Amino acid sequence: MGEMVTIGRRSFLKITAAAGGGLLIGFYLPARASGSGGRASDATAAFTPNAWIRVGTDDVVTLMVASSEMGQGVMTAIPMLAADELDADWSKVRIETAPAAREYFNPLIGQQLTGGSTAVRAFWMPVRQAGATARAMLLDAAAATWRVPVVECRTDTGAVIHRTSGRRLSYGALAHRAATRPVPKSVALKDPSEFRFIGTPVPRVDTPAKVVGAAVFGQDVRLPGMLTALVLRCPVFGGKLAGFDASAALAVAGVRQVFAIESGVAVVADGFWPAKVGRDALHVHWNEGAHAGLSSVLIERRFQAAALRPGAIARSLGNADAAEARSARKLDAIYEVPYLAHACMEPMNCTADVRADSCEIWAPTQAQTGAQRTAAKITGLAEERIKVHTTFLGGGFGRRSEQDFVAEAVQISKSVHAPVQLLWTREDDIQHDFYRPATYNRLSAGIGTHGALVSWRHHIVGPSIFARVFPESVKNGIDRTSVEGAADLPYAVPNIRVTYVLDDPGVPVGFWRSVGSSQNTFVTECFLDEIAHALGKDPYQFRRQLLKKHPRHRAVLDLAATNAGWGSPPPAGRHRGIAVAGSFGSYVAEVAEVSVSEHGKVRVHRVVCAVDCGMVVNPDTVVAQMESAIVYGLSAALADEITIKDGRVQQSNFDNYPVLRMDSMPEIEVHIVRSTEPPGGVGEPGTPPIAPAVANAVFTATGKPVRRLPIRLG
Amino acid sequence: MIQLYVNGNQYSVDIDPGTPLLWVLRDTIGLTGTKYGCGIAACGACTVHVDGEPARACVTPVSSVAGKHITTIEGLSKDGGHPLQHAWIVEEVPQCGFCQSGQIMTAAALLARNPRPTDTDIDDAMSGIICRCGTYQRIRRAIRRAAQSKVKEE
Repeated sequence: MGEMVTIGRRSFLKITAAAGGGLLIGFYLPARASGSGGRASDATAAFTPNAWIRVGTDDVVTLMVASSEMGQGVMTAIPMLAADELDADWSKVRIETAPAAREYFNPLIGQQLTGGSTAVRAFWMPVRQAGATARAMLLDAAAATWRVPVVECRTDTGAVIHRTSGRRLSYGALAHRAATRPVPKSVALKDPSEFRFIGTPVPRVDTPAKVVGAAVFGQDVRLPGMLTALVLRCPVFGGKLAGFDASAALAVAGVRQVFAIESGVAVVADGFWPAKVGRDALHVHWNEGAHAGLSSVLIERRFQAAALRPGAIARSLGNADAAEARSARKLDAIYEVPYLAHACMEPMNCTADVRADSCEIWAPTQAQTGAQRTAAKITGLAEERIKVHTTFLGGGFGRRSEQDFVAEAVQISKSVHAPVQLLWTREDDIQHDFYRPATYNRLSAGIGTHGALVSWRHHIVGPSIFARVFPESVKNGIDRTSVEGAADLPYAVPNIRVTYVLDDPGVPVGFWRSVGSSQNTFVTECFLDEIAHALGKDPYQFRRQLLKKHPRHRAVLDLAATNAGWGSPPPAGRHRGIAVAGSFGSYVAEVAEVSVSEHGKVRVHRVVCAVDCGMVVNPDTVVAQMESAIVYGLSAALADEITIKDGRVQQSNFDNYPVLRMDSMPEIEVHIVRSTEPPGGVGEPGTPPIAPAVANAVFTATGKPVRRLPIRLG
Repeated sequence: MIQLYVNGNQYSVDIDPGTPLLWVLRDTIGLTGTKYGCGIAACGACTVHVDGEPARACVTPVSSVAGKHITTIEGLSKDGGHPLQHAWIVEEVPQCGFCQSGQIMTAAALLARNPRPTDTDIDDAMSGIICRCGTYQRIRRAIRRAAQSKVKEE
């Protein structure tokens, strides 16, 4: 069959001459096509594991996407990388979603997982190399066919052309021969000036399916004989099932089975509605466990007590304690942020079909490797026996990197010996999330005799995400996600001390769009405004002065300030606030234009965003992701809060967990810095600056600093 | 047996009359373009047209729409040709896309009764439909675009 070659350190490519006579490079061909969810018919091309790129004799170029499409445009961006180096004809490109397989591991994460705004950063080199390798072999095949030197040949839009004679062979016509050519040991990648797709607003490939209702999300999977399951879970975190009476539930027409699983009681029925009616009829007793008395008030007190502990050192520069002690003037403040739910538009769900010797999963998941491992553990099957089909994700935001919904679906299918679609209600989704950590922050700053900021101390108390998902990474008491956006404070302060007390009240926590920076940037950027205010300095100019050694921060700050008209008076009744942050390899500054009504209602009218995300793959996607990240962060800044009482989440649905709607939507304008730096992330970096930009505008409007989210005045 | 007319087709369904229309569409008839997002008429992802008026399928008992004409996203146009669907593509509105059926159906009902909506009309009509990806600005643009193209046609 094929031969394995190594190009670079990480990119393993397998070349196979296949039955249909196509050229196959890289990744794997799944059973399911992307888009409408139809089946990939592939009579003219190869079918063999391990391929990023397949060239069919019909000129169709199939490009694989190993990252989950959750709205961030990755299903368009990654194929653009391969297509560009391949000089493909975009109109002949077909895109497929990859299955769970080692070949698709995200090299920055070490498993197949879409998160941390890494997709383009991780696949920027390997996918381009895969495209360039395919192109080189097609060139070689054409040169051999024409018996001319390769240097006399060039590629253009899905074909090789002989420069001197003008002869032309399409990639499809060359596929058979290309599959027999030796794999080049190294290939040259294009200079950015030669890019044809990268850097251009190629229309998203998933849009047509999404405007006609044809895109298949997790909840849209339909299998022959499929049953629907809902699970009743203990409302108290950590509580266990003590007993249940299923008789009333089983009396509901359409309910098939009711039984206990690890997380609660499963009700399996012929569709959602009978499952829901059956679940509502259950009588269940819980052993509520150690957290039955937990409340938001107790959590705050607990954090206050924990804040008395010294904490682990996340960053120490100079001697902040001594510098503050001898400073002419001191400022201090307590900042607090709440737990937050993700509230993806598509509630959690998963479809599983467990058989004696196999298990198939259809899931809107960010974590294919995790799904595979979870199912392998429950079924006892080898990981290779677990097939994972990634559907479209109705939002992800970090929530879909978890495996709770996969585990439930697999357990239930295994018990009922049938394909089962596990659905969560919105109430399940809000009340059984892995929440953005609540944190308690003590800040202090020392001001020197000439008004210089001489010391900065930031003491963070809160639970750790990594302590649950990746405990070995928590070293010396530091979870780096708990201190990101705080320990990496970019400002030129000679004495800095950032400390962290890991304190977990028992509410499960997880990755939420921009993770630690989602809260830490609010804290640091608002406290910096407090300092600027105390010194009588303009918040923008104050930042500029302190960012001399951080030109990328400074450039986005300048770009946002200039376009927002910083320095000129804002429209009557409005106030501006500014914030900047680097996260996930990118830099974003935002200026918010805000009004505060006499009743204390905050309205955001306009947001000007400037982003430096290095080289841009798709500029319209970057703009869309900034818009999206800002709106997501605005909901958190203005409205969202998960509160706990009697060990239970008090919010349950969009009526009491309100999110931003169109009538509160500001005008957003996005400016992109031209850059030749390697790509940075774009899914998350737009979120951190928005809450502090808005809070700082409110501070300007009211004269009172905002030290707690969501912003509530009066 | 309840008689339903969905996207011009007639269905007879034997089902608990209290079952929300949403689950009849999704689980009985097999039209999955209409989404479940909240179950309490708070997010609008399940918006369909009942006799031309927008309705939240998740709280509409199927018995209440017996004999009425229901249109879902799948039946809004032939081959995605509605001016709004076209405008949605041109403006690159969808991100995750999960709410977009509800957005488009709501916008279609708006344009049907108000072909030239003001910005306030658009915000008023569309604020019932949640998008967690934050595509609201592009939705506004797409509705304006579709309204203009419709006016040009007339």
